[in-house]
Amino acid sequence: MIRVESPGLLTTVQDLGRPGYAHLGVSASGAADALALRVGNRLVGNSENAAALEMTLTGGAFSFDSDAVVALTGSDFGGERWRPFTVRAGEILRLGPTRNGARCYLSVRGGIDVPLVLGSASTHVLTGLGGRPLKRGDWIAIGVAPGRAPLWRGVEWNRERLAPLRVTPGPQADWFGRELDGLVYEVKEESNRMGLRLRGPKLAQSRELLTEGVSLGAIQCPPEGEPVILFVEHQTTGGYPKIANVISADLWRVGQLRPRDEVQFETVPFERALALLREQEAWIGALA
Amino acid sequence: MTTIVPASDHSLLVRFGDRISLDTHGRVRSFMRWFRAPGVRNLHPAYASVLISFDPLRTTHGELAARAREAAGDAPAPAARLVEIPVCYGGELGPDLADVARLNRLTPERVVEIHSSVEYLVYFLGFSPGFPYLGGLPASIATPRLAAPRTLVPAGSVAIGGNQAGVYPVASPGGWRIIGRTPLELFRADREPPALLEMGDRVRFVERVP
Repeated sequence: MIRVESPGLLTTVQDLGRPGYAHLGVSASGAADALALRVGNRLVGNSENAAALEMTLTGGAFSFDSDAVVALTGSDFGGERWRPFTVRAGEILRLGPTRNGARCYLSVRGGIDVPLVLGSASTHVLTGLGGRPLKRGDWIAIGVAPGRAPLWRGVEWNRERLAPLRVTPGPQADWFGRELDGLVYEVKEESNRMGLRLRGPKLAQSRELLTEGVSLGAIQCPPEGEPVILFVEHQTTGGYPKIANVISADLWRVGQLRPRDEVQFETVPFERALALLREQEAWIGALA
Repeated sequence: MTTIVPASDHSLLVRFGDRISLDTHGRVRSFMRWFRAPGVRNLHPAYASVLISFDPLRTTHGELAARAREAAGDAPAPAARLVEIPVCYGGELGPDLADVARLNRLTPERVVEIHSSVEYLVYFLGFSPGFPYLGGLPASIATPRLAAPRTLVPAGSVAIGGNQAGVYPVASPGGWRIIGRTPLELFRADREPPALLEMGDRVRFVERVP
Protein backbone atom coordinates (compact mmCIF):
# COMPACT_ATOMS: atom_id res chain seq x y z
CA MET A 1 0.00 0.00 0.00
CA ILE A 2 1.00 3.62 -0.57
CA ARG A 3 0.01 6.33 1.88
CA VAL A 4 -0.45 9.84 0.56
CA GLU A 5 1.52 12.05 2.96
CA SER A 6 0.91 15.07 0.75
CA PRO A 7 -0.97 15.21 -2.57
CA GLY A 8 0.61 18.52 -3.62
CA LEU A 9 -1.47 20.70 -5.91
CA LEU A 10 -3.19 17.84 -7.74
CA THR A 11 -2.30 14.15 -7.76
CA THR A 12 -4.60 11.68 -9.51
CA VAL A 13 -4.61 8.04 -10.55
CA GLN A 14 -4.22 7.77 -14.33
CA ASP A 15 -3.92 5.05 -16.93
CA LEU A 16 -4.26 5.42 -20.71
CA GLY A 17 -7.89 6.44 -20.42
CA ARG A 18 -11.43 5.38 -21.09
CA PRO A 19 -12.11 5.08 -24.83
CA GLY A 20 -15.45 3.92 -26.21
CA TYR A 21 -17.92 6.16 -24.38
CA ALA A 22 -17.81 9.45 -26.29
CA HIS A 23 -21.30 8.73 -27.65
CA LEU A 24 -22.47 9.05 -24.03
CA GLY A 25 -20.60 12.33 -23.58
CA VAL A 26 -17.63 10.75 -21.77
CA SER A 27 -14.20 11.84 -22.99
CA ALA A 28 -11.30 9.42 -22.69
CA SER A 29 -9.36 11.25 -19.95
CA GLY A 30 -6.17 9.32 -19.04
CA ALA A 31 -2.61 10.50 -18.43
CA ALA A 32 -1.86 14.03 -19.63
CA ASP A 33 1.58 12.81 -20.73
CA ALA A 34 0.75 9.32 -21.94
CA LEU A 35 4.28 8.82 -23.26
CA ALA A 36 5.79 9.31 -19.78
CA LEU A 37 3.18 6.97 -18.26
CA ARG A 38 3.92 4.26 -20.82
CA VAL A 39 7.68 4.53 -20.32
CA GLY A 40 7.26 4.50 -16.53
CA ASN A 41 5.19 1.34 -16.73
CA ARG A 42 7.75 -0.28 -19.04
CA LEU A 43 10.53 0.59 -16.60
CA VAL A 44 8.87 -1.24 -13.69
CA GLY A 45 7.76 -4.17 -15.88
CA ASN A 46 4.05 -3.29 -15.98
CA SER A 47 1.81 -3.32 -19.00
CA GLU A 48 1.72 0.16 -20.57
CA ASN A 49 -1.85 0.78 -19.47
CA ALA A 50 -1.25 0.15 -15.75
CA ALA A 51 -2.41 2.95 -13.46
CA ALA A 52 0.15 5.31 -11.90
CA LEU A 53 0.11 8.57 -9.97
CA GLU A 54 0.10 11.78 -11.97
CA MET A 55 1.56 14.68 -9.98
CA THR A 56 1.09 18.29 -11.00
CA LEU A 57 3.57 21.19 -10.64
CA THR A 58 4.19 20.96 -6.90
CA GLY A 59 4.69 17.19 -6.54
CA GLY A 60 3.69 15.28 -3.44
CA ALA A 61 4.94 12.91 -0.73
CA PHE A 62 4.20 9.20 -0.57
CA SER A 63 5.15 6.50 1.93
CA PHE A 64 5.20 2.75 1.37
CA ASP A 65 4.30 0.02 3.86
CA SER A 66 6.40 -2.55 2.01
CA ASP A 67 9.35 -2.47 -0.39
CA ALA A 68 8.29 -1.36 -3.86
CA VAL A 69 9.96 -0.94 -7.24
CA VAL A 70 9.00 2.43 -8.68
CA ALA A 71 9.95 4.78 -11.51
CA LEU A 72 9.64 8.53 -12.02
CA THR A 73 9.00 9.77 -15.55
CA GLY A 74 7.91 13.01 -17.14
CA SER A 75 9.13 16.29 -15.74
CA ASP A 76 11.86 16.73 -13.14
CA PHE A 77 10.23 16.86 -9.71
CA GLY A 78 13.49 15.78 -8.02
CA GLY A 79 14.58 12.19 -7.58
CA GLU A 80 16.10 9.95 -10.20
CA ARG A 81 14.04 9.79 -13.36
CA TRP A 82 13.77 7.34 -16.26
CA ARG A 83 15.22 4.44 -14.24
CA PRO A 84 13.51 2.07 -11.80
CA PHE A 85 14.58 2.08 -8.16
CA THR A 86 13.46 0.48 -4.92
CA VAL A 87 11.66 2.33 -2.15
CA ARG A 88 11.98 0.63 1.23
CA ALA A 89 9.09 -0.01 3.60
CA GLY A 90 8.58 3.03 5.81
CA GLU A 91 10.47 5.32 3.46
CA ILE A 92 8.82 8.57 2.32
CA LEU A 93 9.29 9.66 -1.27
CA ARG A 94 9.13 13.48 -1.36
CA LEU A 95 8.80 14.99 -4.80
CA GLY A 96 8.53 18.47 -6.26
CA PRO A 97 8.17 21.23 -6.95
CA THR A 98 8.87 20.89 -10.66
CA ARG A 99 12.12 22.08 -12.19
CA ASN A 100 10.75 22.10 -15.74
CA GLY A 101 7.38 20.79 -17.02
CA ALA A 102 3.92 20.37 -15.53
CA ARG A 103 3.66 16.67 -14.66
CA CYS A 104 5.61 13.79 -13.19
CA TYR A 105 4.47 10.16 -13.01
CA LEU A 106 5.15 7.76 -10.17
CA SER A 107 4.79 4.25 -11.57
CA VAL A 108 4.83 1.32 -9.19
CA ARG A 109 5.62 -2.28 -10.07
CA GLY A 110 2.19 -3.99 -10.01
CA GLY A 111 0.36 -0.75 -10.84
CA ILE A 112 -2.05 1.25 -8.70
CA ASP A 113 -5.01 -0.99 -7.91
CA VAL A 114 -8.25 1.00 -7.88
CA PRO A 115 -11.69 -0.11 -9.09
CA LEU A 116 -12.14 0.40 -12.82
CA VAL A 117 -14.97 2.69 -13.92
CA LEU A 118 -16.16 2.07 -17.48
CA GLY A 119 -13.02 0.02 -18.02
CA SER A 120 -10.45 2.52 -16.76
CA ALA A 121 -8.74 3.58 -13.54
CA SER A 122 -8.39 7.14 -14.81
CA THR A 123 -9.72 9.96 -12.66
CA HIS A 124 -11.77 12.47 -14.66
CA VAL A 125 -11.21 15.37 -12.29
CA LEU A 126 -13.97 17.63 -13.54
CA THR A 127 -16.82 15.11 -13.39
CA GLY A 128 -15.49 12.85 -10.63
CA LEU A 129 -15.79 9.87 -12.95
CA GLY A 130 -13.29 7.20 -11.84
CA GLY A 131 -12.59 8.79 -8.47
CA ARG A 132 -11.30 12.04 -7.03
CA PRO A 133 -7.94 13.73 -6.59
CA LEU A 134 -5.90 12.14 -3.80
CA LYS A 135 -5.95 13.59 -0.30
CA ARG A 136 -3.51 13.45 2.58
CA GLY A 137 -4.01 10.19 4.45
CA ASP A 138 -5.42 8.20 1.50
CA TRP A 139 -4.16 4.63 1.28
CA ILE A 140 -3.92 3.22 -2.22
CA ALA A 141 -3.32 -0.41 -3.05
CA ILE A 142 -0.57 -1.76 -5.27
CA GLY A 143 -1.54 -4.51 -7.72
CA VAL A 144 0.04 -7.89 -8.31
CA ALA A 145 3.59 -7.72 -9.65
CA PRO A 146 3.78 -8.62 -13.35
CA GLY A 147 5.87 -11.51 -14.72
CA ARG A 148 8.13 -9.18 -16.67
CA ALA A 149 11.24 -7.91 -14.85
CA PRO A 150 11.94 -4.21 -14.37
CA LEU A 151 14.14 -2.51 -16.96
CA TRP A 152 17.00 -1.79 -14.58
CA ARG A 153 19.24 -0.09 -17.14
CA GLY A 154 16.76 2.78 -17.52
CA VAL A 155 16.09 4.77 -20.68
CA GLU A 156 17.68 7.81 -22.24
CA TRP A 157 15.21 10.67 -22.51
CA ASN A 158 16.16 13.49 -24.84
CA ARG A 159 12.86 14.75 -26.19
CA GLU A 160 12.35 18.52 -26.25
CA ARG A 161 9.45 19.73 -24.12
CA LEU A 162 9.14 23.26 -25.48
CA ALA A 163 9.74 22.89 -29.23
CA PRO A 164 6.87 24.21 -31.38
CA LEU A 165 3.78 22.00 -31.19
CA ARG A 166 3.25 20.33 -34.52
CA VAL A 167 -0.32 20.60 -35.80
CA THR A 168 -2.44 19.56 -38.76
CA PRO A 169 -5.20 21.83 -40.11
CA GLY A 170 -8.49 21.65 -38.23
CA PRO A 171 -11.90 21.12 -39.84
CA GLN A 172 -12.58 24.88 -39.92
CA ALA A 173 -9.00 25.98 -40.74
CA ASP A 174 -10.21 27.86 -43.82
CA TRP A 175 -12.61 29.99 -41.74
CA PHE A 176 -9.69 31.95 -40.35
CA GLY A 177 -7.93 34.61 -42.31
CA ARG A 178 -4.53 33.72 -40.88
CA GLU A 179 -2.32 30.80 -39.95
CA LEU A 180 -1.20 29.66 -36.54
CA ASP A 181 2.40 29.27 -37.66
CA GLY A 182 4.59 32.11 -36.47
CA LEU A 183 2.20 33.31 -33.76
CA VAL A 184 3.46 33.29 -30.17
CA TYR A 185 1.22 32.38 -27.25
CA GLU A 186 1.56 31.90 -23.52
CA VAL A 187 -0.26 29.30 -21.40
CA LYS A 188 -2.75 30.97 -19.04
CA GLU A 189 -3.02 30.12 -15.35
CA GLU A 190 -6.59 28.87 -15.73
CA SER A 191 -5.49 25.85 -17.75
CA ASN A 192 -6.16 22.30 -16.63
CA ARG A 193 -6.67 18.75 -17.87
CA MET A 194 -9.79 19.87 -19.73
CA GLY A 195 -8.09 22.55 -21.78
CA LEU A 196 -5.13 24.87 -22.07
CA ARG A 197 -6.13 28.49 -22.50
CA LEU A 198 -3.66 30.57 -24.47
CA ARG A 199 -2.86 34.28 -24.24
CA GLY A 200 -1.80 35.97 -27.44
CA PRO A 201 -2.99 36.99 -30.91
CA LYS A 202 -6.75 36.68 -31.32
CA LEU A 203 -8.10 34.41 -34.04
CA ALA A 204 -11.57 35.88 -34.38
CA GLN A 205 -14.07 34.94 -37.04
CA SER A 206 -17.79 35.46 -37.12
CA ARG A 207 -19.37 32.31 -38.56
CA GLU A 208 -21.68 30.11 -36.47
CA LEU A 209 -20.77 26.44 -36.19
CA LEU A 210 -23.34 23.74 -35.56
CA THR A 211 -22.21 21.72 -32.52
CA GLU A 212 -20.03 18.80 -33.65
CA GLY A 213 -17.62 16.23 -32.21
CA VAL A 214 -14.22 17.50 -31.05
CA SER A 215 -10.85 15.72 -30.99
CA LEU A 216 -8.19 15.50 -28.34
CA GLY A 217 -5.70 18.27 -29.06
CA ALA A 218 -8.12 20.38 -31.08
CA ILE A 219 -7.29 24.10 -31.07
CA GLN A 220 -10.63 25.85 -30.88
CA CYS A 221 -11.27 29.57 -31.06
CA PRO A 222 -14.19 30.99 -29.05
CA PRO A 223 -15.68 34.31 -30.20
CA GLU A 224 -13.33 36.37 -28.04
CA GLY A 225 -10.54 34.92 -30.18
CA GLU A 226 -7.88 33.52 -27.85
CA PRO A 227 -7.40 29.84 -28.69
CA VAL A 228 -7.90 26.87 -26.35
CA ILE A 229 -6.20 23.49 -26.76
CA LEU A 230 -8.76 20.84 -25.83
CA PHE A 231 -7.09 18.27 -23.65
CA VAL A 232 -7.68 14.85 -22.06
CA GLU A 233 -10.83 15.84 -20.16
CA HIS A 234 -12.25 17.80 -23.10
CA GLN A 235 -15.96 17.99 -23.79
CA THR A 236 -16.94 15.44 -26.45
CA THR A 237 -18.80 17.94 -28.65
CA GLY A 238 -18.59 21.68 -29.05
CA GLY A 239 -19.68 24.62 -31.13
CA TYR A 240 -16.47 26.61 -31.58
CA PRO A 241 -14.48 26.39 -34.83
CA LYS A 242 -11.17 24.53 -34.76
CA ILE A 243 -8.25 26.03 -36.60
CA ALA A 244 -5.83 23.14 -36.06
CA ASN A 245 -5.15 19.99 -34.06
CA VAL A 246 -2.00 18.96 -32.23
CA ILE A 247 -0.51 15.83 -33.82
CA SER A 248 -0.64 12.57 -31.84
CA ALA A 249 3.15 12.45 -31.41
CA ASP A 250 3.14 15.85 -29.65
CA LEU A 251 0.18 15.39 -27.29
CA TRP A 252 2.57 14.47 -24.47
CA ARG A 253 4.15 17.91 -24.78
CA VAL A 254 0.78 19.58 -24.21
CA GLY A 255 0.60 17.62 -20.94
CA GLN A 256 3.94 19.08 -19.89
CA LEU A 257 3.09 22.73 -20.58
CA ARG A 258 3.02 24.95 -17.51
CA PRO A 259 1.27 28.25 -16.97
CA ARG A 260 3.34 31.04 -18.58
CA ASP A 261 5.20 28.64 -20.88
CA GLU A 262 5.54 30.01 -24.39
CA VAL A 263 3.71 28.08 -27.12
CA GLN A 264 4.27 28.16 -30.86
CA PHE A 265 2.88 26.01 -33.63
CA GLU A 266 4.20 24.41 -36.78
CA THR A 267 1.79 23.01 -39.36
CA VAL A 268 2.86 19.69 -40.84
CA PRO A 269 1.23 17.42 -43.46
CA PHE A 270 -0.74 14.38 -42.23
CA GLU A 271 1.94 12.04 -43.64
CA ARG A 272 4.58 13.77 -41.52
CA ALA A 273 2.36 13.53 -38.41
CA LEU A 274 2.02 9.79 -38.94
CA ALA A 275 5.76 9.35 -39.59
CA LEU A 276 6.55 11.18 -36.32
CA LEU A 277 4.12 8.96 -34.43
CA ARG A 278 5.64 5.81 -35.93
CA GLU A 279 9.12 7.01 -34.96
CA GLN A 280 7.93 7.55 -31.38
CA GLU A 281 6.27 4.12 -31.26
CA ALA A 282 9.40 2.46 -32.62
CA TRP A 283 11.41 4.13 -29.87
CA ILE A 284 9.08 3.01 -27.10
CA GLY A 285 8.77 -0.46 -28.65
CA ALA A 286 12.56 -0.84 -28.55
CA LEU A 287 12.69 -0.26 -24.78
CA ALA A 288 11.47 -3.72 -23.82
CA MET B 1 -24.79 14.98 -49.23
CA THR B 2 -22.19 13.34 -47.02
CA THR B 3 -18.81 15.03 -46.71
CA ILE B 4 -15.86 13.43 -44.97
CA VAL B 5 -12.84 15.45 -43.82
CA PRO B 6 -9.90 14.73 -41.52
CA ALA B 7 -10.26 16.60 -38.22
CA SER B 8 -6.81 15.61 -36.94
CA ASP B 9 -4.23 12.86 -37.50
CA HIS B 10 -6.40 10.66 -35.27
CA SER B 11 -9.93 11.67 -36.24
CA LEU B 12 -12.27 11.97 -39.19
CA LEU B 13 -15.41 14.10 -39.38
CA VAL B 14 -18.38 12.65 -41.28
CA ARG B 15 -20.97 15.35 -42.04
CA PHE B 16 -24.50 14.61 -43.22
CA GLY B 17 -25.60 18.23 -43.49
CA ASP B 18 -25.10 21.61 -41.88
CA ARG B 19 -28.34 22.15 -40.00
CA ILE B 20 -30.53 20.54 -37.39
CA SER B 21 -33.23 18.43 -39.00
CA LEU B 22 -35.01 15.15 -38.47
CA ASP B 23 -33.53 13.94 -41.74
CA THR B 24 -29.90 14.46 -40.70
CA HIS B 25 -30.71 13.12 -37.24
CA GLY B 26 -31.99 9.93 -38.87
CA ARG B 27 -28.76 9.63 -40.86
CA VAL B 28 -26.66 10.12 -37.73
CA ARG B 29 -28.65 7.42 -35.92
CA SER B 30 -28.38 5.11 -38.88
CA PHE B 31 -24.60 5.67 -39.01
CA MET B 32 -24.24 4.92 -35.31
CA ARG B 33 -26.15 1.70 -35.84
CA TRP B 34 -24.28 0.43 -38.88
CA PHE B 35 -20.75 1.81 -38.75
CA ARG B 36 -18.12 -0.65 -37.51
CA ALA B 37 -14.39 -0.60 -38.17
CA PRO B 38 -11.21 -1.83 -36.49
CA GLY B 39 -8.98 0.74 -34.80
CA VAL B 40 -11.86 3.03 -33.77
CA ARG B 41 -11.54 4.52 -30.29
CA ASN B 42 -14.63 6.69 -30.06
CA LEU B 43 -17.63 7.89 -32.02
CA HIS B 44 -18.85 11.43 -31.27
CA PRO B 45 -22.35 11.87 -32.76
CA ALA B 46 -23.84 15.37 -32.98
CA TYR B 47 -26.78 17.05 -34.75
CA ALA B 48 -25.62 16.46 -38.31
CA SER B 49 -22.24 14.75 -38.02
CA VAL B 50 -20.23 11.98 -36.40
CA LEU B 51 -16.59 12.42 -35.44
CA ILE B 52 -14.65 9.14 -35.62
CA SER B 53 -11.64 9.09 -33.31
CA PHE B 54 -9.16 6.32 -34.12
CA ASP B 55 -5.76 4.81 -33.50
CA PRO B 56 -3.62 6.04 -36.42
CA LEU B 57 -1.28 3.06 -35.98
CA ARG B 58 -4.13 0.66 -36.73
CA THR B 59 -6.17 2.36 -39.44
CA THR B 60 -6.20 5.38 -41.76
CA HIS B 61 -8.42 8.26 -42.80
CA GLY B 62 -8.89 6.56 -46.17
CA GLU B 63 -9.89 3.19 -44.77
CA LEU B 64 -12.39 4.76 -42.37
CA ALA B 65 -13.81 7.07 -45.02
CA ALA B 66 -14.49 4.04 -47.22
CA ARG B 67 -16.18 2.23 -44.34
CA ALA B 68 -18.18 5.35 -43.49
CA ARG B 69 -19.58 5.54 -47.03
CA GLU B 70 -20.66 1.91 -46.77
CA ALA B 71 -22.30 2.45 -43.40
CA ALA B 72 -25.60 3.64 -44.76
CA GLY B 73 -28.50 1.37 -43.95
CA ASP B 74 -32.06 1.56 -42.86
CA ALA B 75 -32.52 4.28 -40.31
CA PRO B 76 -33.66 2.77 -37.04
CA ALA B 77 -37.34 3.30 -36.36
CA PRO B 78 -38.04 6.32 -34.20
CA ALA B 79 -37.76 5.27 -30.59
CA ALA B 80 -41.09 4.65 -28.94
CA ARG B 81 -39.64 5.53 -25.58
CA LEU B 82 -40.93 8.62 -23.82
CA VAL B 83 -39.04 9.60 -20.68
CA GLU B 84 -40.64 11.93 -18.16
CA ILE B 85 -38.26 14.21 -16.29
CA PRO B 86 -39.63 15.77 -13.10
CA VAL B 87 -38.45 19.34 -12.57
CA CYS B 88 -38.59 21.81 -9.70
CA TYR B 89 -38.69 25.14 -11.53
CA GLY B 90 -37.39 28.51 -10.38
CA GLY B 91 -36.06 29.73 -7.06
CA GLU B 92 -32.59 28.60 -6.04
CA LEU B 93 -32.87 25.54 -8.25
CA GLY B 94 -33.68 27.60 -11.34
CA PRO B 95 -31.87 30.92 -10.89
CA ASP B 96 -32.35 32.05 -14.49
CA LEU B 97 -36.10 31.42 -14.76
CA ALA B 98 -36.91 35.08 -14.07
CA ASP B 99 -34.47 36.26 -16.77
CA VAL B 100 -35.83 33.78 -19.31
CA ALA B 101 -39.31 35.13 -18.56
CA ARG B 102 -38.23 38.78 -18.73
CA LEU B 103 -36.26 38.38 -21.97
CA ASN B 104 -39.27 36.70 -23.59
CA ARG B 105 -41.84 39.09 -22.08
CA LEU B 106 -43.60 36.27 -20.26
CA THR B 107 -44.36 35.46 -16.64
CA PRO B 108 -42.21 32.77 -15.01
CA GLU B 109 -45.35 30.64 -14.64
CA ARG B 110 -45.96 30.88 -18.39
CA VAL B 111 -42.35 29.85 -19.15
CA VAL B 112 -42.84 26.74 -16.99
CA GLU B 113 -46.13 25.96 -18.73
CA ILE B 114 -44.56 26.27 -22.16
CA HIS B 115 -41.38 24.34 -21.23
CA SER B 116 -43.41 21.44 -19.86
CA SER B 117 -46.02 21.45 -22.63
CA VAL B 118 -44.09 19.79 -25.45
CA GLU B 119 -42.14 16.65 -26.29
CA TYR B 120 -38.43 17.04 -26.94
CA LEU B 121 -36.20 14.81 -29.06
CA VAL B 122 -32.78 13.66 -27.81
CA TYR B 123 -30.63 14.48 -30.83
CA PHE B 124 -27.48 13.14 -29.16
CA LEU B 125 -25.54 12.95 -25.91
CA GLY B 126 -22.44 15.12 -25.82
CA PHE B 127 -20.49 17.82 -24.00
CA SER B 128 -20.34 16.00 -20.64
CA PRO B 129 -21.34 12.50 -19.45
CA GLY B 130 -25.02 11.89 -20.27
CA PHE B 131 -25.82 15.46 -21.37
CA PRO B 132 -28.81 15.31 -23.78
CA TYR B 133 -29.04 17.86 -26.57
CA LEU B 134 -32.79 18.31 -26.85
CA GLY B 135 -34.59 19.69 -29.88
CA GLY B 136 -38.14 20.97 -29.85
CA LEU B 137 -37.88 23.97 -27.55
CA PRO B 138 -40.77 26.34 -28.33
CA ALA B 139 -39.42 29.54 -29.94
CA SER B 140 -41.36 31.62 -27.44
CA ILE B 141 -38.94 30.65 -24.64
CA ALA B 142 -35.68 30.45 -26.62
CA THR B 143 -33.08 32.55 -24.77
CA PRO B 144 -29.47 33.41 -25.61
CA ARG B 145 -26.76 31.75 -23.54
CA LEU B 146 -25.15 33.66 -20.67
CA ALA B 147 -22.47 36.11 -21.79
CA ALA B 148 -20.10 34.62 -19.21
CA PRO B 149 -20.53 30.87 -18.52
CA ARG B 150 -20.86 29.75 -14.89
CA THR B 151 -17.81 27.95 -13.57
CA LEU B 152 -20.04 25.38 -11.87
CA VAL B 153 -23.54 24.30 -12.83
CA PRO B 154 -25.04 21.80 -10.34
CA ALA B 155 -25.95 18.28 -11.46
CA GLY B 156 -29.60 17.97 -12.53
CA SER B 157 -29.87 21.56 -13.76
CA VAL B 158 -32.52 21.93 -16.47
CA ALA B 159 -31.40 24.55 -18.93
CA ILE B 160 -32.06 26.53 -22.10
CA GLY B 161 -29.25 27.51 -24.49
CA GLY B 162 -30.51 29.50 -27.46
CA ASN B 163 -33.13 27.31 -29.14
CA GLN B 164 -31.85 24.15 -27.46
CA ALA B 165 -32.92 22.53 -24.21
CA GLY B 166 -30.76 20.31 -22.03
CA VAL B 167 -30.11 18.88 -18.61
CA TYR B 168 -26.68 18.94 -16.92
CA PRO B 169 -26.26 15.35 -15.59
CA VAL B 170 -23.04 16.07 -13.70
CA ALA B 171 -21.70 19.26 -12.19
CA SER B 172 -19.70 21.12 -14.84
CA PRO B 173 -19.04 24.60 -16.16
CA GLY B 174 -21.84 25.82 -18.41
CA GLY B 175 -23.30 28.83 -20.16
CA TRP B 176 -26.94 27.80 -20.57
CA ARG B 177 -29.78 29.45 -18.62
CA ILE B 178 -30.82 27.32 -15.67
CA ILE B 179 -34.58 27.27 -15.09
CA GLY B 180 -34.98 24.32 -12.74
CA ARG B 181 -33.56 21.10 -11.41
CA THR B 182 -34.45 17.41 -11.63
CA PRO B 183 -33.67 14.84 -8.94
CA LEU B 184 -33.20 12.17 -11.64
CA GLU B 185 -29.66 10.91 -12.10
CA LEU B 186 -29.07 11.18 -15.81
CA PHE B 187 -25.65 9.52 -15.61
CA ARG B 188 -24.34 6.82 -13.30
CA ALA B 189 -21.22 4.91 -14.25
CA ASP B 190 -22.32 1.91 -12.13
CA ARG B 191 -25.59 1.52 -14.01
CA GLU B 192 -26.06 -0.30 -17.32
CA PRO B 193 -26.51 1.64 -19.48
CA PRO B 194 -24.83 4.51 -17.61
CA ALA B 195 -26.85 7.22 -19.37
CA LEU B 196 -30.57 7.51 -18.59
CA LEU B 197 -31.34 8.84 -22.06
CA GLU B 198 -30.22 7.76 -25.49
CA MET B 199 -30.20 9.30 -28.91
CA GLY B 200 -33.70 9.19 -30.38
CA ASP B 201 -35.57 9.15 -27.05
CA ARG B 202 -38.45 11.56 -26.52
CA VAL B 203 -38.53 13.61 -23.36
CA ARG B 204 -41.22 15.51 -21.51
CA PHE B 205 -40.62 17.76 -18.50
CA VAL B 206 -43.15 17.50 -15.68
CA GLU B 207 -43.42 20.21 -13.02
CA ARG B 208 -42.92 19.06 -9.44
CA VAL B 209 -43.49 21.29 -6.49
CA PRO B 210 -40.46 21.15 -4.15
